[in-house]
Amino acid sequence: MINLLLSYLSYPFVRYALIAGVLIALCSSLLGVILVLKRFSYIGDGLSHVAFGAMAIAAVVGLTDQMALTLPITIICAILLLWTGQNAKIKGDASIAMISVGALAVGYLLMNLFPTSSNISGDVCSTLFGSAKILTLTRSEVILCIVLSIVVVIAFIALYNRFFAVTFDESFAKAVGTKTTFLNFLIATIIAVIIVLAMNLVGSLLVSALVIFPALSAMRIFKSFRSVTVFSAILSVSCALLGIVLSIFWRTPVGSTIVIADIAAFGVCSLIGKLRR
Amino acid sequence: MEQLICKKLKLGYENITLTEDLSFSVEKGDYLCIVGENGAGKSTLMRTILRLQKPLAGSIEYNDDLTASKIGYLPQQTIVQKDFPASVYEVVLSGCQNSLGYHLFYSKQDRKRAQDNMERLGISDIAHWCYRDLSGGQQQRVLLARALCATEKMLLLDEPVAGLDPMVTSEMYALIDKLNDEGITIIMISHDIACSVKYAKHVLHIGDDFFFGTVEDYRKSPAGSKYLGEGHHHD
Repeated sequence: MINLLLSYLSYPFVRYALIAGVLIALCSSLLGVILVLKRFSYIGDGLSHVAFGAMAIAAVVGLTDQMALTLPITIICAILLLWTGQNAKIKGDASIAMISVGALAVGYLLMNLFPTSSNISGDVCSTLFGSAKILTLTRSEVILCIVLSIVVVIAFIALYNRFFAVTFDESFAKAVGTKTTFLNFLIATIIAVIIVLAMNLVGSLLVSALVIFPALSAMRIFKSFRSVTVFSAILSVSCALLGIVLSIFWRTPVGSTIVIADIAAFGVCSLIGKLRR
Repeated sequence: MEQLICKKLKLGYENITLTEDLSFSVEKGDYLCIVGENGAGKSTLMRTILRLQKPLAGSIEYNDDLTASKIGYLPQQTIVQKDFPASVYEVVLSGCQNSLGYHLFYSKQDRKRAQDNMERLGISDIAHWCYRDLSGGQQQRVLLARALCATEKMLLLDEPVAGLDPMVTSEMYALIDKLNDEGITIIMISHDIACSVKYAKHVLHIGDDFFFGTVEDYRKSPAGSKYLGEGHHHD
């Protein structure tokens, strides 16, 4: 089995998939903790649908580098969602439902009106569930993924104390002079980046799982913000590695295999959490 | 010395005015209790003093090296905090945010200050407990310790005893009184007029009746006698 794994590792696309997978899992779990605690999980879900719509537009326009379009559109939507959430004319959750369902419909319609290949349902399925996308990453996509991940991790570590403060108690943070509006928009931007990256790994429908599960699992067991963050990062990376390797052996879709690993980990963590009590 | 002077404040939101022409000042070492009906603008006043929102009119002056960000604030608890996985120490340390400046991490002095304030409020032995596993009274102590990390001069407390049982409530009042004796100015919103007046030096009553002055004068005033007379079964 080890030999088989090593023989797979000699293929560059497997190495690319593992590198990208680990980095994406790391970033999404770090921000996942903040997202879950800030009650922003639904924003992540909404944004992943927006990214799907954006990707459909990019495919129709015929962009070779689809991220060039999906990334800015998703970031703009993230900022808009957060902003409307604060000045609630249309309530936050309703506006998110609107935007996300709208983006899904537009995306699917565009893909049907301007098919880029003969297998539309295959294309849609692969964008939604990621099927083999991670295994077809090009060198430049992997480099972009590495650069963005490093930026996200550095931003997270550098602003860790402020992120904690603004997540635990926004009014207090604002009262003592922390720039909460800036931090919130930064969080929204980083989430958008992560979602666009993670779509390559697990597809747009499963992105939220990657963001939410590790954080929730860690919260079952650990009792401080730092230990929750560290453990959720470790857990997320392990699940991603395990999922990618298993999917190669079993010939299962990468995205859903990773998410299954995350679900299993959540089950184990819940059990440990219950037993400890 | 007057630390805080509010002049002709008009408070509210875009098209709703909660209270108008509000003028009062707070001396160093004072203990001011803000009372009034629900919706009279007590919390709005507090948020305005903290610069979380702008007054519709009027001005607030900070003296004695005090700025809005150097006031220790004890907000009402939010739902988010109820099941938040953070240790007591992490929460208390986050009170040092205003001394971060452009630094990324807390300094040694900040950590020391957090430790000292936990000791001051008798919560050092639970420093590594999880915030969500604490009782209501312990949680309030943690948030009070956090507020103390942010200030050496003034605390703003928004209903610090809401939801606490009678025993813990009186402990909390005693603790706040002790901090006031140590020289920290206290501004407190309270529903429990009768009890808070026992400790306060000045009272600000806003809403239908207006009063600002010492506790003794408040007892004699029409607003005071009305609320204190039926204060026990009125909230």
